[in-house]
Parts: sequence; structure tokens; C-alpha cells
Amino acid sequence: MYYYALKMLIGDRAKYIGIIIGLTFASLLITQQSAIFVGIMSRTFSFLTDVGLPDIWVVDPQVQYIDDIKPLRDTEVTHIRGVTGVAWAVPLYKGSLPARLDNGTFQTCITIGLDDETLIGGPPHMISGKLSDLRRNDGVIVDDVGAKGKLARQGPNGTRIPLKVGDTLELNDHRVFVVGICKITETFQANPVIYTTYSRATLFAPQQRKLLSFVIAKAAAGEDPEVVCNRIRQVTGLMAYTPARFKKLTFIYYLKYTGMPINFLTAVALGFIVGITISGQTFYNFTLDNLRYFGTLKAMGTTNSTLLKMILLQALIVGAIGYGLGVGLASGWGALLSGRTQIAFLLPWQLLLITAVAVLFICLSAAALSIRKVMKLEPAVVFRS
Amino acid sequence: MPSLMSDPIPSPPAQKIAVSCKGVTKTFGTGAAAFQALRGVDLEVRTGELLMLVGPSGCGKTTLISVIAGVLRRDGGTCSVFDHDYQTMTEQETTRFRGEHIGFVFQAFNLIPTLTAAENVSAPLVIKGMKRKPAVLEAIEMLRKVGFDERMLQTSPQDLSGGQQQRVAIARALVHQPNLIVCDEPTSALDSETGHKVMELMRELALASNRALIVVTHDARIYEFADRIARMEDGRITGVETPKKADTSASENSTPLKP
Repeated sequence: MYYYALKMLIGDRAKYIGIIIGLTFASLLITQQSAIFVGIMSRTFSFLTDVGLPDIWVVDPQVQYIDDIKPLRDTEVTHIRGVTGVAWAVPLYKGSLPARLDNGTFQTCITIGLDDETLIGGPPHMISGKLSDLRRNDGVIVDDVGAKGKLARQGPNGTRIPLKVGDTLELNDHRVFVVGICKITETFQANPVIYTTYSRATLFAPQQRKLLSFVIAKAAAGEDPEVVCNRIRQVTGLMAYTPARFKKLTFIYYLKYTGMPINFLTAVALGFIVGITISGQTFYNFTLDNLRYFGTLKAMGTTNSTLLKMILLQALIVGAIGYGLGVGLASGWGALLSGRTQIAFLLPWQLLLITAVAVLFICLSAAALSIRKVMKLEPAVVFRS
Repeated sequence: MPSLMSDPIPSPPAQKIAVSCKGVTKTFGTGAAAFQALRGVDLEVRTGELLMLVGPSGCGKTTLISVIAGVLRRDGGTCSVFDHDYQTMTEQETTRFRGEHIGFVFQAFNLIPTLTAAENVSAPLVIKGMKRKPAVLEAIEMLRKVGFDERMLQTSPQDLSGGQQQRVAIARALVHQPNLIVCDEPTSALDSETGHKVMELMRELALASNRALIVVTHDARIYEFADRIARMEDGRITGVETPKKADTSASENSTPLKP
């Protein structure tokens, strides 16, 4: 009977397409908006993702998220190095400095100052040049998106000429040389990122009493980073986080203190409502239109359980097609734009699962109404003309 | 006007009782809105017999065949179909019984428009548990018997004429070899000639020594195809007669019926 159920479904082209369009739209909207939300949220802690080597981040106790810089005293580095279980600890600077462009305008750049000796905390991938080139006089490494975009030079015909190794730049009134171009995870602020040494970065930065943004450290072999974090807290009075905890802190901050979740949740809810309204209503109408035939099948000996399975199969088939099309379109859209624009689009498998559950819920809700109608259907209805 | 009342109900001798109803009642609604559709119906139908139920609209014909076919529960009386009483059966047993033993022909044909003629006819076999492919092959055989050619087998019902659709419906009612076939106004949507052809087909293919046919109709043009005609009025059988037939010898007690 399942073959006949499918033929009944597919044969009613207008409703079949209507149901699939509704589910596709719901699936597309839920997946796409969630993926953008996850993409944006992942950018909030992209710096933590890129600085992969340390497993302990030490910050001021008042820090609420990664970009909430509350500078520490430089002496904290040696203080932390003295804590039991710490293999090494190095300073890291992060701040925003203005870069003057050729046309006289200024562009704020995220400036990262790496430990002069070890250069720990550098970019994960170099496109040109080497990380060690930072040791050259006034050397900086620029991220490729910034180099091609906001820091690009103006060409004669209005074209943009990307920054390249050997070019110069004026960073907060200090002339610097581009010694490398790197690839990093895109940032939440979408500003160019410039890497240099800690001493140079603190030289370029506006003068303050304290300039140390973070102390990044590594737990000694065999030591649990969480335990070492606790020890650092007790000994120094500073906060110490593992990267995972610091990411979570940042994530929660953005969830709590920005309007992003509610905005995206509204879009996702809209997708869900549209899906349940269009597809649910159309599926129910499809069942109503076929009620006479369900009644006929019932009169001819089809049991309620078989009819129930037929309707569920119809619902699951349109659900699977709508889900596939929606997720496919969302993925295609993401893949198309991710390479060409700075769109934040991240589609982990968990999101696919969430969308699948949402679409399944829509289908089952739509089917539930239809099933109720068919289960209560008196087979005697077939004799009414 | 000759009386249509006859007691006991005349029926062909030496045949097995297919349907036996005694004092069947059925009321729809409750309280002031209650409507008693059947007010104690007595009826017996034997195998090898085509019985027509006639009467004015709202007299309870459709309700009676619904009760006999097991698609509607009666309120009172007794009704057995091939010695099975639906009242003693569960819902599921009744459904299975219908699938095994009863064939349906409807006024509006009730063919599923998105299935081909062959698929529509195969449905009762699939419901009985047969695999789809052999069921469709059997359905094709049955459709050939009702005069379908190769081209029409895969046609969808909406592309068929009314007569062709009713032939598909008859094939569907017969394909699983049921013991009782109930037909609700099978010719009312057809012209006179097509209606006659459909009834000829019914008598030719459906009537068998182990099978009974009950046809509800308003159509006086097809009375001649009945073995007996039961007239209903106000929820009761008011008379059962054997009609004069052009092609069969009329029995001695036959009385012409008023259409």
C-alpha cells in the first residue's frame, strides 16, 4: 500500500510541490540563519581558535570576553612562570591601532604583539613570508583579507592592489614593513589583523601604565590544565582559563549582552512557522481531498494502522525532500558566498541535526492532524455521493 | 396497485444464505435531532442472487447496505453475513472481513485518480497481502474480462468515460473473489445504454453460486437485471418482488414493480 500512498502524494502535483516548497523554505531558513548565527558566534572567539599552542589564558579577573581587554602588569608573566605546573608563559598584546592608508584615510587594525623570543601566538597559516621574519626591523604580518580589502592600495584605474611583502604601512604614526601575509579565521569585528612582536606592539600602542593583554601559558607535561588554572588563580589572584572555557565565556557574553540570539531566533522561528503553516495546511488539505479515497481503502479492508503508516510515509517523504532541498540550498548559498565575501557561515553537523528535528516536527505535526481525521473516518462515508 | 408486502420474503430455493437481517435498527444523532434510518429491517439474501434495494431518497437503503457491508454498526436486531455477525467482531476483524469477503461498487466510482486503472483494481489484492506486481497482473486479467484493452490498462481514471470507470470499479470489486458485492447506485451516473452494459457485465461476471449481489438503485431501467427487488420505505422493507425479465423466465409470484 505504501507504493499507492506515494502515488497518491506525488500524483497531486500542486499540493505535493506546495508542501515541498513550504518545507524547503522552512529548512532553508532554519539552516541558513542558524549557520550564520553559528558563524558569527564562532568569530567572536576566532582569536582563541587561531592561537592554538597555549592551553592556559591568564587575564584580569574583570574580563568578560576575549575582546574585553583589561591590561595586566608586565611582571605577571614572571609571576605565572613561577606557578607549579606551568611549563612556560609568554606575554601577548592585543589592541586596536589606526593604520594610515595611502589616500590619507585611517583604518583601525587589530594589532597582535607576540612574545619577541618565541613568537608564540602567531597566525596559524602563512601565505607568504615566514613568522620569523617578524624579527626583521619594523616587520609586521598582515592577514590576507585585510591585505586584499581594507588595507589594499588604490590603483591608477580605481582598482585595488593588495598589500604584499615589502610594502610599507603607517601604524599609529610608526612606519612598518610588511614581511608576511597570513591566513587567519575571520574576526567578529572584520578589521584587518596585524601581527608584530610584543615589544613593537607596545611601542606602537598609545602609552598606558599597563599594556599586557594576556599571559598565555602551557601546563607542564602530565599536568591537568584545569588544575593549573586553579593554581594560577589562587597564587596570582588573576583569572586563568583553558581555551575551551574562555571560548564559552566569550560565547555566553555575546549571547547575553547582544541582540544577536533574539534576532536570529526570530528568523529561525519564522522559518519554522512558515513551514508548519504552509506545509501543515497543504498536507492537511491534501488529506481532506483524499479522504474519500482513504475511506474507500478503509471500506475495502485497509486497517487503521496501515492508513497511519501510509500518511506517515507521505509526511516523511515530503519532509526528507524538503529537508534535503533546504539544507542543500543553504549549503550551496554558504559555499558560494563564503569564498567571495566575508559572510559568516558555519554549518556543523549539529545544525543539520537540529534542522532535521525541526522539519520532522513540522511533518509529524502536519501528519498528526491528517491521521486524526483519517482514523476517525467512518468507512460508511464512501456511500455518500 | 398490487401489494408489495409479502411474508415470508420470497427467495430462490436451495441456495446458501449469504445475508440474514432480522429487526435491524439504526438511529443517527440523539435527542430531538435523532433520526431513525432503519426501523427493524428483515431481509435475507442468498448466494447466486442479485437483490436490488429500491425506494425513495432517505428511506434507508444506503444505511442498510452500509450495515450489511460492515462499514456501519447497527443499533439493534441481528445481521449475519455468511454466518458472521459484525457485532461480535472487533473493529480490526470487521475490517479484515470486509477485505476478504466484500466487494464494493460506488455511485461515484471512488477510483483513486492518481493510480492507473490496473493499480486501482489491484488495491483489494494488495490490501489482502499480495505483492504489488502479481496483484497488478491479476488486476490486468480482470480488466481484460471487463473489456479493457492494453492501452486503457495504464490510463488514469479521469481519462476514462463514466462507463469505463464503472467497469474498473466492477473489476476492483471482483478481483479478490469476494462472497458479497454491494453496489450503491452503480448506474446513476451513466446513460441508459452504458447502464445496461454495466449491469449485464455484473450479472455475467459477478453472479456465482457462492456469491451474492446487493444493488441499491433508483434506476428503474435496470430492474430487469434483479433476481428480487426489495422496496424500502421509512426505514423498513415494504415488499420484495421478483421482476419480469426480458432475458430470464419470471417466477410465478412475480408482480410488476412501480418504478
